[in-house]
Amino acid sequence: MERLEILKTYKIFIGGQFPRTESGRYYTPLDKKGQPLANMCLSSRKDFRNAVVAARKAVGSWSEKTAFNRGQILYRIAEMLEGRKAQFVEELVKQGSTEAKAKQEVEVAIDRCVYYAGWCDKYQQVFSSVNPVASSHFNFSALEPMGVVGIIAPQANGLIGLVSTILPVIAGGNTCIVLASENLPLCAITFAEVLATSDLTGGVVNILTGTEKELVEQFHSHMDVNAVVYAGGNKEHALAIESGADCNVKRVFVYEHDFTKATDENPYYITDLQELKTTWHPIENVGGATSTY
Amino acid sequence: MTKKDKHKEKATFDFNGGWDYSPSPESTSHVKLKERYDLYIDGKFVAPNSGKYFQTTNPATEKVLAEVAQADESDVDKAVKAARKAYENVWSKLSAKERGKYIYRIARLMQEKARELAVVETLDAGKTIRESRDVDVPLACNHFFYYAGWADKLEYAFPNRTVSSLGVAGQIIPWNFPLLMAAWKIAPALAAGNTVVLKPAETTPLTAMLLAEIIHESGLPAGVVNILTGYGDTGAAIVNHPDINKIAFTGSTNVGKIIQKAVAGTGKKLTLELGGKSANIVFEDAPIDQAVEGIVNGIFFNQGHVCCAGSRLFVQESVAEEVIQKLKDRLDTLYVGDPLDKNTDIGAINSKEQLETIRKYIKIGKDEGANMYESSCEIPKKGYFVRPILFTDVAQSSRIAQEEIFGPVLTIQTFRTIDEVIQKANNSPYGLAAGVWTDKGSRIFNMTSKLRAGVIWANTYNKFDPTSPFGGYKESGFGREGGLQGLGAYLKIER
Repeated sequence: MERLEILKTYKIFIGGQFPRTESGRYYTPLDKKGQPLANMCLSSRKDFRNAVVAARKAVGSWSEKTAFNRGQILYRIAEMLEGRKAQFVEELVKQGSTEAKAKQEVEVAIDRCVYYAGWCDKYQQVFSSVNPVASSHFNFSALEPMGVVGIIAPQANGLIGLVSTILPVIAGGNTCIVLASENLPLCAITFAEVLATSDLTGGVVNILTGTEKELVEQFHSHMDVNAVVYAGGNKEHALAIESGADCNVKRVFVYEHDFTKATDENPYYITDLQELKTTWHPIENVGGATSTY
Repeated sequence: MTKKDKHKEKATFDFNGGWDYSPSPESTSHVKLKERYDLYIDGKFVAPNSGKYFQTTNPATEKVLAEVAQADESDVDKAVKAARKAYENVWSKLSAKERGKYIYRIARLMQEKARELAVVETLDAGKTIRESRDVDVPLACNHFFYYAGWADKLEYAFPNRTVSSLGVAGQIIPWNFPLLMAAWKIAPALAAGNTVVLKPAETTPLTAMLLAEIIHESGLPAGVVNILTGYGDTGAAIVNHPDINKIAFTGSTNVGKIIQKAVAGTGKKLTLELGGKSANIVFEDAPIDQAVEGIVNGIFFNQGHVCCAGSRLFVQESVAEEVIQKLKDRLDTLYVGDPLDKNTDIGAINSKEQLETIRKYIKIGKDEGANMYESSCEIPKKGYFVRPILFTDVAQSSRIAQEEIFGPVLTIQTFRTIDEVIQKANNSPYGLAAGVWTDKGSRIFNMTSKLRAGVIWANTYNKFDPTSPFGGYKESGFGREGGLQGLGAYLKIER
């Protein structure tokens, strides 16, 4: 007798848990042949707000982890992703990709995790400075995470855009709320399963599925979101975010590519979501001894 | 001779008597202000299209100093066209080395005219001559000197990226550090290869116009720097001009938000340096006398017209009584008065409007039930002056502890534990600066890493330097001015 396949229920990912949307609503994205892919959560404003609470709660513990430890956790994500490679390829194919393209997308995504894992304890050295002020002070500038970042992932692909927008944000110690591609959402939730098994603190990455149209306002109007990364490719939505960001002087970054190229990665995606803090302290200045003897 | 006798013998040192400084006013004889200042557009000083001028006054005497042109939209358009033309035809074609040499030349000319600049700054802004002379003007010169050297070294600033200039930069600056803010804006913009349209604040336009004269004298190609005086509508015309590539604004958070909305979707690069309500935190192990001086400097420097002013004082409970008493004693010794007098500690409030704002907040503080202590010092009868003020028993939710006053008004709160003070200090929509006073090194770094602010002063306060990036977190704005990082605001960094 033929075995009946167990179909996966795709839920959302908030605070390290997989709840259903509180709204009880769903939508059904279709594949290229017009067949339903799955019943996905149609996340609501309330889900978004819950995700922000979880993300804010996680900022302290995640940002204060050592850079080395963050690097290890990001590397762990690469390991988990590698282990589930076949599953991602299958999902991408199901969503309309060819086998070869899907394989490439997953491999680039895995390598990108390794790439940003490596940056965790390096970007600070590259982009910080000791500033030679003209007074008797020690003065240095170092990067710090902005805090809670809202991310709208590229619509054009299901995995690589998502991974490429999340990783630099969390590599830099931020936490985030991510809206997955509306029509290609399957990999986002499977990626959440990867994250859930990668020693990543719960709440560091929160993933919602649903429509950009409905949720875009939440991204720019929520007063506890510090920055928004918009990669959805819709000019109207980008404008809405930029013009709504003034409510709490959010930092907004609009990325116009889909991150498919292996070269679509650099540490400036990390530093975009960093604040620069400059610290001054007096240097004692007594006596005449110099350091030249 | 007993100790007591010794005191008797030196009875002339009567500290309770009339110890006072003789007046020591800076001479203004070498300063010859014109009666009228025009707009500086395309290398020429030209009258505004509207023919309208407005007066700028000395806030310490309420006397008119000069009248300045009121630029309207058509003047802004003319300036932007001049800046675009200069960018396309001259400035972007010049070698980086030559560009740098022009900026060095401006720095040197400013140094030569430092005394004149300082006196005019004091006359126009009401700030003390000590501060104009020792802080504002030298820092402004040094800013040009610092960024001049970056012009031909930009490829070292952003590793592994190609950088290029943006085009025309529109810059709007406030009245608290008029010349210094002009330098903070113009110097990096030019070093990065952009041309500039700058608007100084309406109450303090004079040093910007002197700077225009210096720039003119330097032989900088026409149109590279254009300076337009005017009110908020002039600023709005700059923000909304379609041929500007970059907006840099320093001023209030309210106006900053309007600008952020206005430039949305235009592709204009934006940096905002906005308001603050910075915490200054004193622990029980701090060197108390130094801390008291630091608190005074933190809030009363430049009459408290400082976006990063340490306006919220947090004192650990065990030393609160001592610190507050010493602060009160120190407050009574402050000299408030003629800004041109070298003895003066606190000068004039910049404008009548600002004086009214400060008075409004003083009333709010009293109405909210906080205890006010006002310095017993004398203040001049004419001019805009206010005595330095402390508020104790201030609630965290009090408006005077939450909103930026921009005047010599300090709120004092106490705390017991480190966690408590971190939470209280960070509980603000602002995040510009903070101060920490303690002798314990590990505590300094614990505090400096947990305070959410762009500039942290540990065992010091209100220090500035061209090499030191300045700017805020949260609603205090984004982008940095100063240092290598300050270049990023004026460059396109290829992805």
